[in-house]
Amino acid sequence: MDSHISVWTDVGHLNDIPRLGSRVVTTPAIDIALFRTADDRVFALHDMCPHKAGKLSQGIIHGESVTCPLHNWVIGLPDGKAKEPEEGCARTVPVRLENGRILLAVGGA
Amino acid sequence: MNMIAPRRSRLVLVGNGMAGVRALEEILSRAPHEFAITVFGAEPHGNYNRIMLSPVLAGEKTFEAITTHPGSWYKENGIELIAGEPVAGIDREAKTVTGEFGTTRPYDVLLLATGSNPVIIPLPGHKLPGVIGFRDIADVETMLAASKSGTRAVVIGGGLLGLEAANGLARNGMDTTVLHIMPTLMERQLDPVSAGLLKADLGNRGIKVITEANTKIILGEDRVEGVQLAGGTHLPASIVVMAAGIRPNIALAKEAGLTCGRGIQVDDAMVTSDPAIYAVGECVEHRGALFGLVAPLYEMAKIVADRITKTADSDYIPAVTGTRLKVTGIDMFSAGDFMGDENTDDVVFRDAARGIHKKLVIRDDKLIGAVLYGEARDSAWYFDMIRNGTDISALRDTLVFGPSAGNSGEAAGVESLPDTAEICGCNGVSKGTILAAIGKHKLTTADQVRSRTKASASCGSCTCQVESLLALALGGDYDATPKVKPVCKCTAAGHDAVRAAILDRRLKTIPAVMDAMGWTASDGCASCRPALNYYLLCAWPGEYVDDSRSRFVNERMHANIQKDGTYSVVPRMWGGVTSSAELRAIADVVDKHQIPTVKVTGGQRIDLLGVRKEQLPDVWRDLNAAGMVSGHAYGKALRTVKTCVGSEWCRFGTQDSTAMGVALERMTWGSWTPHKTKMAVSGCPRNCAEATIKDFGVIATDAGWDLYVAGNGGIEVRVTDLLAKVTTKDEVLEYAAAFMQLYREEAWYLDRTAPWVERVGIDYVRTRLSDAGGRKLLQARFMDSQRFAQDDPWADRAAGADAHEFSTLASVE
Repeated sequence: MDSHISVWTDVGHLNDIPRLGSRVVTTPAIDIALFRTADDRVFALHDMCPHKAGKLSQGIIHGESVTCPLHNWVIGLPDGKAKEPEEGCARTVPVRLENGRILLAVGGA
Repeated sequence: MNMIAPRRSRLVLVGNGMAGVRALEEILSRAPHEFAITVFGAEPHGNYNRIMLSPVLAGEKTFEAITTHPGSWYKENGIELIAGEPVAGIDREAKTVTGEFGTTRPYDVLLLATGSNPVIIPLPGHKLPGVIGFRDIADVETMLAASKSGTRAVVIGGGLLGLEAANGLARNGMDTTVLHIMPTLMERQLDPVSAGLLKADLGNRGIKVITEANTKIILGEDRVEGVQLAGGTHLPASIVVMAAGIRPNIALAKEAGLTCGRGIQVDDAMVTSDPAIYAVGECVEHRGALFGLVAPLYEMAKIVADRITKTADSDYIPAVTGTRLKVTGIDMFSAGDFMGDENTDDVVFRDAARGIHKKLVIRDDKLIGAVLYGEARDSAWYFDMIRNGTDISALRDTLVFGPSAGNSGEAAGVESLPDTAEICGCNGVSKGTILAAIGKHKLTTADQVRSRTKASASCGSCTCQVESLLALALGGDYDATPKVKPVCKCTAAGHDAVRAAILDRRLKTIPAVMDAMGWTASDGCASCRPALNYYLLCAWPGEYVDDSRSRFVNERMHANIQKDGTYSVVPRMWGGVTSSAELRAIADVVDKHQIPTVKVTGGQRIDLLGVRKEQLPDVWRDLNAAGMVSGHAYGKALRTVKTCVGSEWCRFGTQDSTAMGVALERMTWGSWTPHKTKMAVSGCPRNCAEATIKDFGVIATDAGWDLYVAGNGGIEVRVTDLLAKVTTKDEVLEYAAAFMQLYREEAWYLDRTAPWVERVGIDYVRTRLSDAGGRKLLQARFMDSQRFAQDDPWADRAAGADAHEFSTLASVE
């Protein structure tokens, strides 16, 4: 394996996350929230709302957004940006699906 | 060991009309439990809004619509209503009141509100059938019946009441003639010019007016057939309405030896010559004046309530009153001294083509009277100046053009009124009060303003000003057509429409509802999904499968998320009762799982704070093992039933409030509701369990249980309304279940009971629950739903359900 591929880590199967649900991958530094949309796409964000660090993994997922459980900020899943009128951004983490496996860019980034 | 409760003071009200009942409302709002109240009423029904009889006669409203206090209102407030029995006498020595059929009630305080009678002019023939006054619903029914069989009507008297009667009769297809003895109509409210305009307007409506008409004889053999005037004119009529004024009904007071002039004489505290007897309304004479409009009566009601309940030493001070004619399409207003004298100036505006006449009377740079005919939209602005004695010297040039003088456009004028300006004359509600209510309670319709402030709730003539204030406060958001608040931004459909569609079209999943109701976002949003999930759960108990993805985190995790992402755990303590075994088990759980904080909650339970997500199933398993289940402290659900110790221990307790609380909690736990629901049971009126700020509160009395609903102790404190008084434990449970189910089925998601009841009105809730059949059906649906709701969610999860919620997907080093 070359150095580029070594960044992708298999963290589980698509079916481990319920539709419109979220699961968490822990790392030594931060927690990463993985989200599954209604049409089976997967996105990953640092599990911290840009507002008051609420756990986005515990929010309600709708379309390509998640609503933070603490104060109802709505965060875009693809870009991590808070929807207006709020301002702020959650860090995104590259993620892709391969044969149902979830590959997350952690460990070597 | 029960203490004997002190005897409540006995208050007897004679006269079940607007003034008397308003006084009772004012008294109840100040001292809900202080008096045992009896009402004697001559009419055989509850109280209605007498000034709305004209619209009933005109076919614009029904009698039901003007009934303000149905029989259930008296029952629910614990008031004994003796309807249909006029009072025969008062024994001031014995302090008793006796009705014509012999019913006798003792009093400590007696309130007379006997009102007035129409003046029936003793013309020959005045006792013939078909000659009536215009005073009560029976008169209206007589007029309506006459309009079906006859074709011609005569109204004697061209004042406010006579013209409203004439308008109603004409609207019912009768050929109507008004006979007025004075040269101009409504001479006590209108100057001759506007009276002339009014006469022409009435003529256009087919109402003939004969002024300076001197009626000589009422003709007829067995019943009225017509009238004959002094000049010999003969007018056929199948009904003659006498509206020649009213006379205070003082016979009873006089008989009892109270000092009477033209009315029952009262001082500024509304006390008659007997210090135990008060009087309010049209029957009184105060500083030599009599009263016939509603605003002063309501003001008297406040004063008498302050005095009887000893809450304030307020005095009745006569104020200027304004008058409107309730004839649809005729816009007029009159207030103060509109005739003037040699020391006053008149400012007059006239637009004959449009039928507009305005006359302002000014003395010493102050407006002292006004008549507005044809266009009265600025009446509140002028009325405010008259009442406040505002110096108008700077405004004088443009005064007659109203507050928006010089501005183009259609400004309605309310924006230029000061906050103190009175909008609703009947109920004394100012602009500031209305705006404050709109802002504070987020009101969006005139109906909401009416139920919150009483503005426009009586004669209704200020409705357009109330609507203007809504438009002013809400800007472009206000639409006078009844407005539906959408569930969220994903749809235009309102909550009620969605709930109705779920039932009518048998929609059983969230996508089915979204599809049927035209949702714009395919999986909705964080606002609508929890609402739909709840509505479906409520509509299809046992059938709908709860969608955990549409649950807010706390309800999905069955614990309360804290700001650091940990959770708090609150086990149920039935009725706030615990034991050494439970406390020991809780202590062991705290030690074993190293839970950082243990806190006693306001709902009489114990909160374990700082539990990590992955610890939750183990913590629950250990609590389950000691017999404890979820307290649903995290849910829009039945939370706690707070109790005091009651008669089992307390020297004041009258009933076993703790056992009642446990029974209520055993029955209702596990139920999902539109928002969180809290109950409390107090064992005596000292109310140590604070039942009067709960969604459902129970207070024990010697006689049974008083049930209260829709209280709230949160951001906006709201004291409960009395729902009913019952005697048995089964009745308490029945009402509680029925109330819960009505709330579950009809409130909007995230409505606490308080705003829900504010919106639909406590009378609606009382009506629904006072009907035994309907109540039992609601109870049955609640109990059916509970069969599927009373599973401990903690036990399920401790046994492995939803394990993915409590574990991480992976750990990456």
